[in-house]
Amino acid sequence: MTMAAVLALAVGVFLVRLAGPVMRSRIKVTERSETLMKRGATVVLAALVVTGALFTDGAFAGWALPAGVLVGGVLAWRRAPILVVVIAAAGTTALLRLAGIA
Amino acid sequence: MPPRFLPERDRDLWRDATAMSLGICIVGVSFGALATAAGLPWWIPVGMSLLTYAATSQFAMLAVVLAGGGLLAGLAAGVLVHLRHIPYGLAVGDLYWNKWWTRLLGTFMLIDQSTAFALAAGEDKRRAKAAYWITTAVMFVAWNAGTVIGVLAGGFIPDPDVFGLDAAFPALLLALVMPALKDRATLIAVLVGAGIAAGTAPFLPTGVPVLLAILGVLAAWPRGGKEAAA
Repeated sequence: MTMAAVLALAVGVFLVRLAGPVMRSRIKVTERSETLMKRGATVVLAALVVTGALFTDGAFAGWALPAGVLVGGVLAWRRAPILVVVIAAAGTTALLRLAGIA
Repeated sequence: MPPRFLPERDRDLWRDATAMSLGICIVGVSFGALATAAGLPWWIPVGMSLLTYAATSQFAMLAVVLAGGGLLAGLAAGVLVHLRHIPYGLAVGDLYWNKWWTRLLGTFMLIDQSTAFALAAGEDKRRAKAAYWITTAVMFVAWNAGTVIGVLAGGFIPDPDVFGLDAAFPALLLALVMPALKDRATLIAVLVGAGIAAGTAPFLPTGVPVLLAILGVLAAWPRGGKEAAA
């Protein structure tokens, strides 16, 4: 890999990040479009939760990972602080793996 | 200790972001160590983290290049997994679209976590701005510090999965997204979108399923003036 490749990725990624706000500044943002744009980002984040919990490189990730995320999700549902949610999720997955459950 | 310029009401953001940053730092260590173990000079991983600041894109490009896929394919993979940031920018772009330098810096520092924390602030725009900047600044330091430590670690590659860190990331996003699911239309869109992503993930390249998920928004599309009237 070369420095040119590093710079190319940096530029590519920056342009992707730039696309959203530039598009946004070119439309008349109404309350409705604001709601839809926020909803769109929320859906993408939620999809990232599901794919991140179930898959590694396009294959089922095993049970330890979704189990940990599920524990975190239940705690979040019960309004536990974010820190508790995250530590419980990571801890559950780590312990399950330690116990030999993939 | 939070810096003194932070108002009392944002201390919780600082606390959460700092705690999360430990996980990001360990993932950064594995990135730096992986690149170094593959024989790349130190300035490649360090330069990538500093200039790109996008973990999934960096790992994607590194994986393709190390597997012998070539630079162009690596670049394509890196940009492809990053496309989810377009809807992020649409949703939170107004938070930093003021002066030229906040536009530049805010755009550069758009990540999953800063978007999720900002969205979780809801209607409170001041809080959303604070959430965006605090989260992304802390993560930036952690990610780059981790990369440097990884390069210096000399062949020791930690496996973040041992600590369950691969569960920490989705759990964090889930906790941040959850309050928005009280809105029925958002819940429907999320369920349909997540279903699309999960259903296509085994067949499509990483990064595409979460983009297709956005079609879920159509499932709860507001019909004309109806919702305004309701």
